[in-house]
Amino acid sequence: MFETVAFYLFSILTAVAFSITVFSKSALNAMSALAAGMIFISGFFFLLNADFLGAVQIIVYTGAVIALYAFAMIFFDTTRDVQESGSNSKIIFLLVTLSAVVTVLALTAPIHSEAVTALYPIHEGVGNSKDVGMVLFTKYLIPFEVAAVMLLVAMIAGIIMAGKKMDKNINMMDEE
Amino acid sequence: MMEITLNHYLILSALLFFIGLVGVLKRKNLLMLFFATEIMLNATNIGFAAISNHYGDLTGQMFAFFNIAIAASEVAVGLGLLIVWFKRRGTIDLDSMQSMKG
Amino acid sequence: MESLLYIALFAPLAGSLFAAIYGASPKNLITGIATSGLIFASFVSSVILLFHVSDGNIVHVKMMDWIVAGDLSIPYGFIVDNVSVIMMLVVTLVSTIVHIYSIGYMENDKGFNRFFSYLSAFVFSMMVLVMSDNFAGLFIGWEGVGLCSWLLIGFWYHKESATWAANEAFIMNRIADLGMLIGIFLIYWNLGSLQYDVVFANIGELEIDVVTWIGIFLFIGAMGKSAQFPLHTWLADAMEGPTPVSALIHAATMVTAGVYLVIRANEVYALIPDIGYFIASLGAFVAMFAATMALVNRDIKRVIAYSTLSQLGYMFVAAGLGAYWIALFHLMTHAFFKALLFLGAGNVMHAMHDELNIMKMGGLRKVMMGTAVLMLLASVALAGIYPFAGFFSKDKILEVAFNGDHYILWGTLWVTAGLTAFYSFRVVMLVFFGSERYKDFGFHPHEAHKFMLWAMAPLAVLAVVAGFFEHQFMEFVTTILPTYSFTEETHHMVPTLILVTTGIALLGILVAVTSNMFKEGLFSNTLKNNFIYKLLDNQYYIPKIYDEVISKPYAELSTLFWKKIDLKIVDATVDGVAKAIYSTGEETREVQSGNLSLMLRWVVVGLSLLLIFAVAYTNSDSILSLIGGVTK
Repeated sequence: MFETVAFYLFSILTAVAFSITVFSKSALNAMSALAAGMIFISGFFFLLNADFLGAVQIIVYTGAVIALYAFAMIFFDTTRDVQESGSNSKIIFLLVTLSAVVTVLALTAPIHSEAVTALYPIHEGVGNSKDVGMVLFTKYLIPFEVAAVMLLVAMIAGIIMAGKKMDKNINMMDEE
Repeated sequence: MMEITLNHYLILSALLFFIGLVGVLKRKNLLMLFFATEIMLNATNIGFAAISNHYGDLTGQMFAFFNIAIAASEVAVGLGLLIVWFKRRGTIDLDSMQSMKG
Repeated sequence: MESLLYIALFAPLAGSLFAAIYGASPKNLITGIATSGLIFASFVSSVILLFHVSDGNIVHVKMMDWIVAGDLSIPYGFIVDNVSVIMMLVVTLVSTIVHIYSIGYMENDKGFNRFFSYLSAFVFSMMVLVMSDNFAGLFIGWEGVGLCSWLLIGFWYHKESATWAANEAFIMNRIADLGMLIGIFLIYWNLGSLQYDVVFANIGELEIDVVTWIGIFLFIGAMGKSAQFPLHTWLADAMEGPTPVSALIHAATMVTAGVYLVIRANEVYALIPDIGYFIASLGAFVAMFAATMALVNRDIKRVIAYSTLSQLGYMFVAAGLGAYWIALFHLMTHAFFKALLFLGAGNVMHAMHDELNIMKMGGLRKVMMGTAVLMLLASVALAGIYPFAGFFSKDKILEVAFNGDHYILWGTLWVTAGLTAFYSFRVVMLVFFGSERYKDFGFHPHEAHKFMLWAMAPLAVLAVVAGFFEHQFMEFVTTILPTYSFTEETHHMVPTLILVTTGIALLGILVAVTSNMFKEGLFSNTLKNNFIYKLLDNQYYIPKIYDEVISKPYAELSTLFWKKIDLKIVDATVDGVAKAIYSTGEETREVQSGNLSLMLRWVVVGLSLLLIFAVAYTNSDSILSLIGGVTK
């Protein structure tokens, strides 16, 4: 009961938020809606007994990624409304609707087999974070380390790229 | 109402994915395009978590976890590139970036 | 002996190829001399082969296989038997003389070398036609002479009338060739082989209907080559070519190919006497028809051309009534005096700067005695006066007509003999006797080169004496061809017939001589406006009819097909396919536009397609059962 209500509530909210992100003309509104959508998604994770994932979602996405986007938005001149030429919306909607319908068809057909055995089964009684930790640091150790290195590299790359010519005012620079 | 099954979550994931897809196709400002990409990534994460829950398997959550990590690094690098481009061209409009015509 | 055969056959080809090397060069006398020499070699070989064959040895070689495909086997085979050796002799003799004559006639022509190349090529094709031992080889030669005659008639290609005449000749021959091909196909289909010996041995076993059709179709082919009605208009127009060409092709060789075909296929025609009678009737009709047109014509070469047409009619009468050796005999004698006539006309034309109108000539004997004598001899031979060659052969044909109780045929040929005598002497009188009209037109004629006259001399001799060899000829040829027996009644009538025929010929000559001696022409101006005169002068308006009824509508039909169907439908379809491909390319070029948004849209297109496939595949059983009740 609780689950049903929560599911439908969150799903409607998420859909609305993401629609605002996609269709809004103002960059600020879009980003704000995106942040809201992230939060609601973490709600889903909590519903699905993936506590750790939900927390990570809030921290990483809503915290770090949105913050990055916010800074980027400040950097680009977004006081004006985003200028976008009228593209062919009809075709887009057609394509997307078609694909959505087909995918939904694909997913509603009973395709999941019952013979799938869990590779890393959830241990009852242990909290989700602990469970995740146990698997992550034993079975997935190498991907974890590699991901860490990748994040480091990304961070350094971001700093270097964004840090060029930081001292000059961008609006005063000529086109190179 | 109805019992929430795996199908519901999968359908939800698909719908959110396609909302993101609309955004990707529609948006001409590169930053907005990135927003839509984020939506798509999140939608897939929901799917992974739902399946993981259905089968009682932690593999799905692991995948979603690494997906988040990758998304974060992608945002960092992408925005960095975007900034460099903006410094060079002064615009991040997609229609102006057509020098690779075939 | 076989090497002689090959020499006879291939010497003209060697000459042609040799002259072709000089084709684009200015006049080089060596081409004329070399080709004449090679043709003479061919002639000598033919003579030696004549003696060889008369001893009873037929030379039959198979040079090599041409087509061997399944049941069909056509070799390049050649046979020298009594019939073909006579033809070879006639062809090579006349060709040698014409070659030597042409050295003088074409001396000022720019295409001197080209001319000899074509001429020798023609002789080669004719030899292939005559010496072949199967119908396919015959057909190759047939086509070859058609091609070479086209080349030669249209020799002066910058003259519009010449090219038109060449096309007319070739196309008319082509129409007839269709008939001949069908005949050959029928022969092959029913008998499985095209070799003469096989065909003629087994022809009796076929049903009479099939044989009739074969005979008809082969004769249609002969009609084209030998210019029988209605495919006759090309012969008169073919006079556009140089005169030696007319002498060779339209007197002695190509037009006789049709007669040769009928003679060679005599075993076929012996089985179908009704078709033979039709051939004879057609021949008689053509004889009369052509003679009437020659009566009023003022073009010297055309008169001789109509005379050829007329004599071909005679030959077909003989062949149609079963007297094949007589037809061959007339072919031979006719070749001699007709070639002589043409060459003489060539001399006259050359002297008068290619003037053709005999009304502008007259009294030329004072300047050109040699030519006058030669043409007079030839005309007498043509008229059929004893003891010249024409008398023997023509008379025999008249006897044949009388023998079969075909009195109408006899009557037609008899009247035609008179007409023949009249018009040939009319030409002689108007050209060589009478007042010298040419002086009014400012011509300065002179006699031809001495060597040209000497080249024509052998023909004159033969025109005179060839008739006396009739008996030997008959004995020689009837080893292959069937004999023709005259009834007792005819034997008694022979002296009377000879008298009657000679009588009308002399009458014709008399009328011609008197009218031209005293009155400058039988046809006064009032007569010229007579309807009949106009009819004859315009060749019974037949060329005009052909033009209106056949050529113009056909041209319009072709234009219609071209504009409406070819351009609008065929071209449009092909262009449409090209345009479709091109526009598809144009449209999908956008995939590579460099615009990220656009390319992402294409990505989604692909994505949706793949999704559809995936869903369809996983649910293929249910979809199939939904459609057609097919279960896996």
